[in-house]
Amino acid sequence: MNILVCVKQVPDTTEIKIDPETNTLIRQGVPSILNPFDGYAMEAAARIKDKDPETKIYVISMGPEQAKAVVKECISLGADKGYLVSGREFGGSDTLATSYILSESIKKLQKDEGITFDMIFCGKQAIDGDTAQVGPEIAEQLGLPQVTYGLEAFVEGDELHVHKEIEGGKQVIGIKFPCLVTFTKPSFDPRYPTIKSKMAANKAEIPVIGFADLPDIDQTKIGLKGSPTHVKASFVPERKTGGVVIKEEDDEASAKKLFTMLSEAHVI
Amino acid sequence: MEAKTKDLWVFVETNEDGSPKNVGIELLTPGRMMADKQGGKLVAVVIGCGCDAAVKEASAHGADQVIVADNEVFKQYTTDAYAIALVQLVEKYGPLSMMIGATNNGRDLGPRVSSRLQTGLTADCTALDINDDGNVAWTRPAFGGNLMATILCPDHRPQIGTVRPGVFKKSEPGEEKAEIIKEDITVDPSDIRTRIIEIIKDMDAENVDLEGAEIIVSGGRGVGGPEGFEPVKALADALGATVGASRAAVDSGWISHSHQVGQTGKTVGPKLYIACGISGAIQHLAGMSGSDVVVAVNKDEDAPIFGVADYGIVGDLFKVLPVLTEEVKKVRG
Repeated sequence: MNILVCVKQVPDTTEIKIDPETNTLIRQGVPSILNPFDGYAMEAAARIKDKDPETKIYVISMGPEQAKAVVKECISLGADKGYLVSGREFGGSDTLATSYILSESIKKLQKDEGITFDMIFCGKQAIDGDTAQVGPEIAEQLGLPQVTYGLEAFVEGDELHVHKEIEGGKQVIGIKFPCLVTFTKPSFDPRYPTIKSKMAANKAEIPVIGFADLPDIDQTKIGLKGSPTHVKASFVPERKTGGVVIKEEDDEASAKKLFTMLSEAHVI
Repeated sequence: MEAKTKDLWVFVETNEDGSPKNVGIELLTPGRMMADKQGGKLVAVVIGCGCDAAVKEASAHGADQVIVADNEVFKQYTTDAYAIALVQLVEKYGPLSMMIGATNNGRDLGPRVSSRLQTGLTADCTALDINDDGNVAWTRPAFGGNLMATILCPDHRPQIGTVRPGVFKKSEPGEEKAEIIKEDITVDPSDIRTRIIEIIKDMDAENVDLEGAEIIVSGGRGVGGPEGFEPVKALADALGATVGASRAAVDSGWISHSHQVGQTGKTVGPKLYIACGISGAIQHLAGMSGSDVVVAVNKDEDAPIFGVADYGIVGDLFKVLPVLTEEVKKVRG
């Protein structure tokens, strides 16, 4: 079985702060990390390989040169081979254009390696854009069936059984190969790399797939110009201000005052 | 594709019993304003099985027209069957724009449909408007709620967006005046490439309706442990409220994920949100900033939650909540 894991390097959004003077995001000093949901996808792939060591795991990321770091991180977690899709021509792509570029890159990889990916795993969404679109859009452009919100996946004969999070519980879905699955946070923690696997991953060659490597790509469907959606404006959300702070002589008195205020305001 | 009409579509997702998911009906509220500004009809698109209830509700909440595809094959949601049906309808009628509730299924379906139609999709919108040129201005949070972005899709039709549940309120039901159009859509079983093997209901999750809750009492790291949720639950019971939680409390294993409010949990919009021992990380604020009134109880007076609270108590939740619960019980019996 061959698994392709699609990953993205993202800013750690929990570290992002707002500059109160300019009301803009402070990006400086914010660490770049492997998108956590992509880490869950990588873990799901590694668990399949644990059971069947013949499994080959490939990793692909689209981004600038420094995004090789997250590809290497996946190699340290058990991936066999990694690729970076990178090029000036791809800049400014929205989710549809991004998924098109990735789909074309995946087709090229399959051709070059002489294989078919039985499974393509993605994170549910990236924590910077939060769109949850690229996975299903790759599935559509490659004509694959999909399951989103996966928690765990098991190979059972000619099907993949995916435990999927639904509102009010879980579903077990059977899906035929080849397929695409996106993963959300499971109940277990993903594995950590060892020092040895980290050192080996650091030495790994990460071939780059650029614009020139995709001669059949439709130029009208990539980059800023090929993207149907455009960001017109961005702004820091307004936060409520001027709330009442209640601080009576003790907590009991504060609680009673709060109750009175909520009653008077007809909130309760 | 080219739009054939100026109509605005709202996809109304159905439950297995044929009732509509709340968000589909909620979206008819901004949909009314948008359709009027676009100069077209407000159309509810209902896909399901035995879904008369959803059709009636869409009609009562302001749809001018309801297009319904009612078939056994749509009883349970599958990506393949729903994508085939929705794409077929869009191609036949050519709406100018379409909104889909950002439920798990809506977020599964939206990108599948938009990429098949080769058009733009804006995910998880929290504010909507129509520009003078007729384009929808889709506003959504990004970077974990740190930044809001307004997105346009100027040259591709239909313009599609998913919209978060709980952001808009349902309108008061009125006269059912919509024109009902029944569409006979069949899907070849071989085109459905997934099968549901098992459904494991989480009895706890079943009872947690955060998105529809009028009052939510939430606990965070400050409750200190699973037993720390007892006073939170007691207050929730007295108020007839739903119990929520921050990611810190869920990650610590004190309460199940079905209670989580925030970026990786549920987005809520109750009339009253009481945050107990929650510091107010931006990811949490992103999930509850649609609440009408926010109350915060926290020991740390510098906690960011006070920045969004209408009423804040700097104090010990274990002392504050029992007194508040008693006061509520006095009034509510």
